[in-house]
Amino acid sequence: MAKLSYHYPLSIRIWHGINALCILLLIATGISMYYVDPNRTLIEFSWAVKIHNITGVILSFSYLIFFISNITTGNRKYYKMPLKGIGERLLKQSQYYAFGMFKGEKKPYPITEQRKFNPLQKLFYVIIMYIGVPLVIISGWGLLLPESVIGAFMGVSGILITDVLHVAMGFFISLFLVIHIYVSTIGHTRSANFKSIVNGYGWIEESENAK
Amino acid sequence: MKKIASIILSLFLASSISLAAQSDSLENAADLEKYREVNDFVDENESCFKCHAETKYVLVDEFFGTEFVNSLCPDKMVTRDEYYSMVHKSFACLDCHAYDYEEFPHPLSARLEEPYQCIDCHGYDENYAHFQFEDIEMEYMESVHAEQVENFSCWKCHDPHSYQLTVRDDGATIKEAIAYNNDICLSCHSDFSRFELLTDREEIDILDTHDWLPNQAAHFGSVRCIECHTSLSDSTLVAHHVQPSELAVKKCSECHSKNSILMASLYKHEAKESRRKYGFINGVILNEAYVIGANRNTTLSFIGILLFLLTMGGISIHIVARIIFKK
Repeated sequence: MAKLSYHYPLSIRIWHGINALCILLLIATGISMYYVDPNRTLIEFSWAVKIHNITGVILSFSYLIFFISNITTGNRKYYKMPLKGIGERLLKQSQYYAFGMFKGEKKPYPITEQRKFNPLQKLFYVIIMYIGVPLVIISGWGLLLPESVIGAFMGVSGILITDVLHVAMGFFISLFLVIHIYVSTIGHTRSANFKSIVNGYGWIEESENAK
Repeated sequence: MKKIASIILSLFLASSISLAAQSDSLENAADLEKYREVNDFVDENESCFKCHAETKYVLVDEFFGTEFVNSLCPDKMVTRDEYYSMVHKSFACLDCHAYDYEEFPHPLSARLEEPYQCIDCHGYDENYAHFQFEDIEMEYMESVHAEQVENFSCWKCHDPHSYQLTVRDDGATIKEAIAYNNDICLSCHSDFSRFELLTDREEIDILDTHDWLPNQAAHFGSVRCIECHTSLSDSTLVAHHVQPSELAVKKCSECHSKNSILMASLYKHEAKESRRKYGFINGVILNEAYVIGANRNTTLSFIGILLFLLTMGGISIHIVARIIFKK
């Protein structure tokens, strides 16, 4: 039985809001810089560079807060992914999204007090937050402080490698954002998850063991 | 017998000729004091500067009591101000030049001295490792200057009596460094009187040969000549592998696209300079050491757009299914 519960504390909502704003600004300015064209400009080039740099620095601090908080508070438990049976759980969740939800099947891993994310969400969040975002931040700082980047690696310019990594991770995070927003519409109602991240109250199942 | 007599006469004349610089402006004591702050050999050096800092010098034939006023070749002129503010400002002239130069007129043995090259003093020395003289030497040896111009040497570009650090000098702005660097090239390539001393080629009109370049003035003021005329590398801050003009960069995309050649050495310097100029935080955040289009990568774009389309395709199918099944 689903019930409305205070599921997202204010601190997490504020962090999520800052993070979301930063990511959106970084994507918009990043695209402006990457596909720059004097005739068709999303954001004027010099402004795009400035906003991108400033937002990147803010995101770095935001990520640092996330990283430290996840070590020092209980929030990390939501990201734990026991490797045993992971394939089966991912398959089950994928089948639910692909077929099950259309047949009216019950969610295999519903949100509970103990579980904020289903196995697929966990996998994506862990990849994004512990691989994608750190890489984009490190490579971003590498481009801000280019002399800190190695001259060349196996004959290829260190700056070029850093740059390609930064852009590739930027693309990857952008794709994640699209999927993240879309999957957020698959909630109790289509807008329920969006409301939850604003007011903190989300629909959760009363009893379920987290995995 | 006639030849021996001639030699004896020449030696006699030479010994009787004394030197006087055509100098009304020998540095006064106060000016010299200024130079003593950076150099311990000012007095010794004066014996050179009294001629070489002037436009004319006088040869006095004490035997016949005659004077010959000669112009000093511009290449041999060195101003004290330039000398005492350059990279080797603490040197005595005779640190680099043969002691034979103490004689006047200078004997042939001195005139034929093989001048030191940069690598002779700076090569394989830990103190100068960051200048990468060994890499620079290798690049230079492959350059069009070394291979095609007779008697070319480091000194043709880096005047040993006035050379300043700019690119590697934290005090110089990027614009100053660019202007100084480009002046070195232009001192020959836009001055035919100097250019023709080294080559038989016809005069070059730099503006004409670069008339294909859009925003020519902006490029000349913002980019070093060597950015397009050398084979750049990430490891050497100042590239020395000057290439023939037909190999020069002419495609906009070389700079304004993926793997921009400017993302290498100059990019690093410009970012650093921006931090120095605006402070660490402002410099890091607002640095504009970024060339338009410098990180565009066709393969990455293709993969990115493909993945985006696939994602959107998958989401669209899912949306349609949700509409059909009312979920």
